[in-house]
Amino acid sequence: MKKMAIIATKGTLDMAYPPFILGSTAAALGYEVQIFFTFYGLQLLRKDLSDVKISPLGNPAMPMPVPMPVMVQMLPGMESMATMMMKDKLKKKGVAPLEELRSLCQEADVKFIACQMTVDLFDFEKSDFIDNIEFGGAATFLEFAGDTDICLFV
Amino acid sequence: MQVDKELDARGLNCPLPILKTKKSLADMTTGQVLKVVSTDCGSVKDMQAFSNQTGNELLASTEAGGEYTFLLKKK
Repeated sequence: MKKMAIIATKGTLDMAYPPFILGSTAAALGYEVQIFFTFYGLQLLRKDLSDVKISPLGNPAMPMPVPMPVMVQMLPGMESMATMMMKDKLKKKGVAPLEELRSLCQEADVKFIACQMTVDLFDFEKSDFIDNIEFGGAATFLEFAGDTDICLFV
Repeated sequence: MQVDKELDARGLNCPLPILKTKKSLADMTTGQVLKVVSTDCGSVKDMQAFSNQTGNELLASTEAGGEYTFLLKKK
């Protein structure tokens, strides 16, 4: 059986998609998959994904309906507005919400590992996270990653 | 050709057509044929890649009026 390992380090909406899309698809293709969530990536394992947002600020490649100066992008509420607009767009284009892709990964036996060090660092509670995940460190991840066909850092 | 099961994947985008195809095949038996209809043009290459990697034979891949129809034979 082929294997794939992904390290998910980002907690923004755009960067949340690649690990879940690749993880669920690889599982559908018969891969054994593990995803290690560390630093901001840990947000992707929380029960509540409402903190996973997108910002046009510092993200000049983000397509905007109207050109928006940086001074405007930094105004309060802009991040929530951009997130709402992006989620709306994703829905209209038939892209699955993160929660759905995450469930599909778990249904397909993709193993999620939360970085214990980051859990301690950010004072997260284990009850903040979804069920059926493991907690581990670098050595735990590397034991699996060392024997994979594909290993990605996202 | 006899179709044993149909999957309507219209309106869904990558990777959902593939994931739902996989799920649909899961409760079928060897030799049965699954028909998938999708509106995602990316699914044309993806369905072929899915077939190549999983061994479920892609019997047909056609397009008509913006809809893509695939026939897959369960491995």
